[in-house]
Amino acid sequence: MTQAVPTLAVDDLKTVFETRAGAVKAVDGVSFTVTAGRVLGLVGESGSGKTVTGFSIMGLVDPPGRIASGHILFKGRDLVGLSEQEMRRLRGARIAMIFQDPMMTLNPVLRIETQMVETLQAHISIGQREAHERAREALGMVGIPSPEERLKAYPHQFSGGMRQRVAIAIALLHRPDLIIADEPTTALDVTIQGQILYEMQRVCRQIGTALIWITHDLSVVASLADEICVMYAGKIVEQGSVDMVLDRPAHPYTKGLIGSVPSRNRKGVPLAQIPGMTPSLLNLPTGCSFRLRCTRADAACVAPPEMTTLEAGRRVRCFHPVHEAAA
Amino acid sequence: MTVFIIRRLMQSAFVLLIMSLLVFVGVFAIGNPVDILIAADADQAERDRAIAALGLDLPLWEQYLVFLKNAAHGDLGKSFVFNQPALQLIVDRMPATLELAFSAMVIAILLGLPLGMYAGFQPHSRTARAIMAGSILGFSLPTFWVGLMMIMVFAVQLGWLPSTGRGATATVLGIKTSLATWDGLAHVLLPAINLALFKLSLVIRLSRAGMRENMLMDYVKFARAKGLSMRRVIFVHVLKNILIPIVTVLGLELGSVIAFSVVTESVFAWPGMGKLIIDSINRLDRPIIVAYLLITVTMFIVINLVVDVLYSVLDPRVRLAEAKA
Repeated sequence: MTQAVPTLAVDDLKTVFETRAGAVKAVDGVSFTVTAGRVLGLVGESGSGKTVTGFSIMGLVDPPGRIASGHILFKGRDLVGLSEQEMRRLRGARIAMIFQDPMMTLNPVLRIETQMVETLQAHISIGQREAHERAREALGMVGIPSPEERLKAYPHQFSGGMRQRVAIAIALLHRPDLIIADEPTTALDVTIQGQILYEMQRVCRQIGTALIWITHDLSVVASLADEICVMYAGKIVEQGSVDMVLDRPAHPYTKGLIGSVPSRNRKGVPLAQIPGMTPSLLNLPTGCSFRLRCTRADAACVAPPEMTTLEAGRRVRCFHPVHEAAA
Repeated sequence: MTVFIIRRLMQSAFVLLIMSLLVFVGVFAIGNPVDILIAADADQAERDRAIAALGLDLPLWEQYLVFLKNAAHGDLGKSFVFNQPALQLIVDRMPATLELAFSAMVIAILLGLPLGMYAGFQPHSRTARAIMAGSILGFSLPTFWVGLMMIMVFAVQLGWLPSTGRGATATVLGIKTSLATWDGLAHVLLPAINLALFKLSLVIRLSRAGMRENMLMDYVKFARAKGLSMRRVIFVHVLKNILIPIVTVLGLELGSVIAFSVVTESVFAWPGMGKLIIDSINRLDRPIIVAYLLITVTMFIVINLVVDVLYSVLDPRVRLAEAKA
């Protein structure tokens, strides 16, 4: 099997944004791997660097941002330092991305067909009629009824959920090896969310695509992902299989995140909150960036904690990892 | 769509009626043309005869009703000065003004769109700054002064281009135009650039703003994530979006270019409608003033209608809104 070479191996990736107030390290030494057919959940609050990580992989970080160091090995080939032309050939063909807001991602003034056919024609030489066929098939695959007519429609004639299906269909057109999904269900209501999750899971299994699912919603990750990376202030603070991380969070931040999700088992008990707010990336505390909000922090936390392995496939960036099971 | 157009045409007729009343009363208030038209040494009998001949002896409301009755038959009155139908005089001069306005618009779009888009795409580059500085000049320098400078440099000192008149014309599709001969083109170039300068700056500003705004949109990121080339993203995805506001504004501007090319036409002695209206105002030639203003209003109405139709072609969301109405 191809297990030897993971679909994607990100190694010590650093993406910085040069601003007038100084360089902002939006992604600060992130490493993870995804293999074919597996789903990685990238979890964190707004501004934790998860979207920038996604854009870095796509080569879509625009100035003043840039990848400062690290490697992004896509099937063994380093994407960092590839020319724009080489990157363009991969984008949409081998690596696809789906965005958060389906109302904004499709061009409002172009027909769905145009937007799908151009994606095909950007990568392969294909006639109009054949491209039309493939586009129709792709729409059918993600569960859009009467795809032939829908191809002629404009984005505003679709509901939010249907638009996201179109975006997914576009991402799937070339059967990519990797899909980066940046909160694709956040803007949708819950029933649609479930359907989209199901479709994504089904299709990715079917064509063996590796999936990076970026979200702040732990319940989505729980039902979808195989592995999870929790990000805080540009760094991964905890990494492991979904069951291990969600059942027995080791990092106080992960524990806080899980504690702030409402649950039926704790009805009547006030929700736990993480005190304070996400620090500005320009003004991070020394040492552990979570220490000012952490109940377990002490003098040791002034030094920056390293990623330590707790058990096989499970790493945490904390001097005082939690050991008890989550409530 | 048809319902929409019919309703707009009915509204337009009403607007024209109101406008004619306002113009009629307004022109009446400016002054008495008899004082200018009739020789100072004419005796009272001659004066009375002239006044009666021009129909100025009737009270204002009666004059207006006579005007309306004639207007309904397509007669907007006879020029006091030329003793020819006012409509005829204006229509004769219209091609000259239209070709000037058309040339100016083409220059504004063909130059403005690429310049503005470049300035929006590379907003911090030196070229972009130069383009924007130039557009400020285009906005703020008075047209007549720029026109005079252009005549001085290109016509007088360099002698490259003629400074006045329309040059040779040729008849294309029954319309006499100077755009069909080289001599005519040489004549139209300077006044067209002069007239285009303001619109050009406007197009530059609009397309730059649209470009900057749209480049940040998610649909651009998504289009790039699909692996499209930057060229396709800009010239298909972004361009079609920024054209929407530009078409709207330019449509309105086209009306004003045609109606108010007065300054440019005066500076370059261009025999168009603008020059005619200035002369007529000086001589209080009421029928021409009234006819000119009504034609201008009609022009604005037609242009607005065309813009609305064009708008719905560019923006599919507009089409739907109308279908529901």
